[in-house]
Amino acid sequence: MDWTRKDLIGIEPLEKAEIETIFHVAGAFKRILKRSVKKVPVLRGKTIVNLFLEPSTRTRLAFEMAATRLSADVISMNADASSFVKGETLKDTAKNIRALNADMIILRHSAPGSALYLSKFLDIPVINAGDGSHEHPTQALLDGFTLIEHLGDLKGRKITILGDILFSRVARSNIFSLTKLGAEVTVAGPATLVPKTFESMGVKVVHDLKTALNDADAVMLLRIQHERQSSTHFPSIGEYTSIFGLDKRRAAWLKPNAIIMHPGPINRGVEIDSELADSEQSVILEQVSNGIAVRMAVLFLCTGGSISALESPAE
Amino acid sequence: MSTTRIIRNGRIIDPKNARDEVTDLFIKDGKIVSSLTKEELDTATTTDASGKIVTPGLVDVHVHLREPGQTHKETIETGSWAAAAGGFTTIVCMPNTSPPADTAGTIQYINDAVARSAVVNVYPTGCITQGRLGEKLAPIGSLKRAGVVAITDDGDCVQNNEIMRRALEYCQMFDLPIMDHCQDMALTQNAVMNEGEWSIRLGLKGWPAAAEDIIVARNALLSEMTGAHVHMQHISSAGAVEVMRRAKQRNVNVTAEATPHHLALTEAGIKDYNTNFKMNPPLRTEKDRQALIEGLKDGTLDIVATDHAPHTTYEKDREFDYAPFGILGSETCFAVTQQILCGEAGMSINEVVALLTYKPAELIKLDSGTLSEGATADVAIFDLEDTWEVNEQTLLSKSHNTPWWGETLTGKTVETIVGGKTVFQDGKIVD
Repeated sequence: MDWTRKDLIGIEPLEKAEIETIFHVAGAFKRILKRSVKKVPVLRGKTIVNLFLEPSTRTRLAFEMAATRLSADVISMNADASSFVKGETLKDTAKNIRALNADMIILRHSAPGSALYLSKFLDIPVINAGDGSHEHPTQALLDGFTLIEHLGDLKGRKITILGDILFSRVARSNIFSLTKLGAEVTVAGPATLVPKTFESMGVKVVHDLKTALNDADAVMLLRIQHERQSSTHFPSIGEYTSIFGLDKRRAAWLKPNAIIMHPGPINRGVEIDSELADSEQSVILEQVSNGIAVRMAVLFLCTGGSISALESPAE
Repeated sequence: MSTTRIIRNGRIIDPKNARDEVTDLFIKDGKIVSSLTKEELDTATTTDASGKIVTPGLVDVHVHLREPGQTHKETIETGSWAAAAGGFTTIVCMPNTSPPADTAGTIQYINDAVARSAVVNVYPTGCITQGRLGEKLAPIGSLKRAGVVAITDDGDCVQNNEIMRRALEYCQMFDLPIMDHCQDMALTQNAVMNEGEWSIRLGLKGWPAAAEDIIVARNALLSEMTGAHVHMQHISSAGAVEVMRRAKQRNVNVTAEATPHHLALTEAGIKDYNTNFKMNPPLRTEKDRQALIEGLKDGTLDIVATDHAPHTTYEKDREFDYAPFGILGSETCFAVTQQILCGEAGMSINEVVALLTYKPAELIKLDSGTLSEGATADVAIFDLEDTWEVNEQTLLSKSHNTPWWGETLTGKTVETIVGGKTVFQDGKIVD
């Protein structure tokens, strides 16, 4: 399917075929990344601004890496170094970046809907790198890409997302993505962080870990986000780990070849046992690597790159 | 020589007097009269109201005029223009100004500005607590002498039940109702929309309906204990309607209002993070909306009030989390309310006019909202069939924050008359 969008704001508005287009292009970039010369000239002369108004290491680096591999120039900017501290609004900051002739903005922001908001008044592509608790589409895309590499077609596959679902943009984007791809999605964790209302998004809500993990093809762990929740959601980290932490014994409830995923940053010994995080079952670092190819695909498609041009690379 | 006016041939709807007939309305020296002498008839100014309805001027007990201190959003003058454009002749302004209206001096400032610039009747309210901080009672007796018609901390609901109890007891001495914005703050920290399927989907912090219901119940219990009149502002949830219904069955001295936006809209309007759908209390579900309509039909809810809350475009045009709560209400109230209540709810126009005239007036013990003989001639003329677009021409407020922006509404103010004098006609303020 041809890609016609200027922006990537979320997974919710995408059709299944559009997600598959991104995977297809990401696959092509992944092959290119295995060559000795990893760089392609498709975004040469373009300037991409990483506007990161919330802390991030992995996502910002991965976007920078992806843009560099596509030969774009990248400038990254953080909240503490920006005019926000001087009281400038997001809209004015974005318009200034546009006036400086940027060709694309990648936005990470604590307010849900902020990427959509920018996309409405900017004529350049806006990529959502996480808007509060709303969506983190490139994370869900790299997760989906990784899952398909391991499991093939996701139709009917059982995938469990475990942890702080309420405050998680990764969970929301993955729910939208995985349900579109035909998987059976279960969300699990403490009742305070996994309210029943999530059922309205087409997933099962489970508070018993054994039920949640039993026969799952993959489990996706989420970090407990201290920065987003008030102290009332669970008694202590220790109690969380004792009830919902994934260790070897509990991992045995999964299907034999099931994979363990985590969007990072991981808290060893909290949501996941340290050894398990480094085990054969864990694909955590593969996810990170796939993040480059998937983000290259997103940057390429949103700047109007055509799939046919990619399949006969100039270099 | 006296000044006389005839409003000819309109359908006079005066619910207080159970009147609904096509006839002429006579005004003499700013008062409603039942007849004029032949000489007065010959010299009277005549307005043709054929095909229109002629009602008492509307009464709104909940507006924000932003003066003093926030005059970039609205002033007493522009807010009174917006009211006149909506057919309102009497409005009650909230005390969440800068500074808050918690002293007789600030009330006097407001009264002076009203006398100088308002084109409709404006009555101030004063704070329950000093600085609207919920800690120490404001000088309610002095506020009463300065002219307030009710006491309220508006957007900052008093959380301390002891303070609320004492406020209720104290206000009774002055025959002042307490108007309360019902919100448990602990349950709604950082909340920006209704808690439910949409807040889950959009990743926005939810404001559970229970946070409203708890305070409505608290207020009903304290009213029952003290006998004081508590008026619940902008009820938005089905649960709160049910709490009110039960309190009224026990004859507790409570009243409640619903806003046009809670009657017409639901949380689904926020799907694209449109900040003109952000207000407090938030838009809720279709079930809640239906419960509000039912509450107005069976008398559980007493009146319609707008919560007219102007904010500039630059304040509203930002990330949903950071945009202020509140939308305009004055200009769109009549059209939206009659569309919903006469339309899908099947109420009569007489019932709707009652909710917007004598009922809110009685709640704050004003004798306006009727066309009784001898009453001050506060009159509105509406065309129930005529349509109009909500835009910068039709809104007279200083701000434009309305969810109906660009939409066409049915039911248009033709003329607004205050004390016998036309203040609004043909879409404009008449000087």
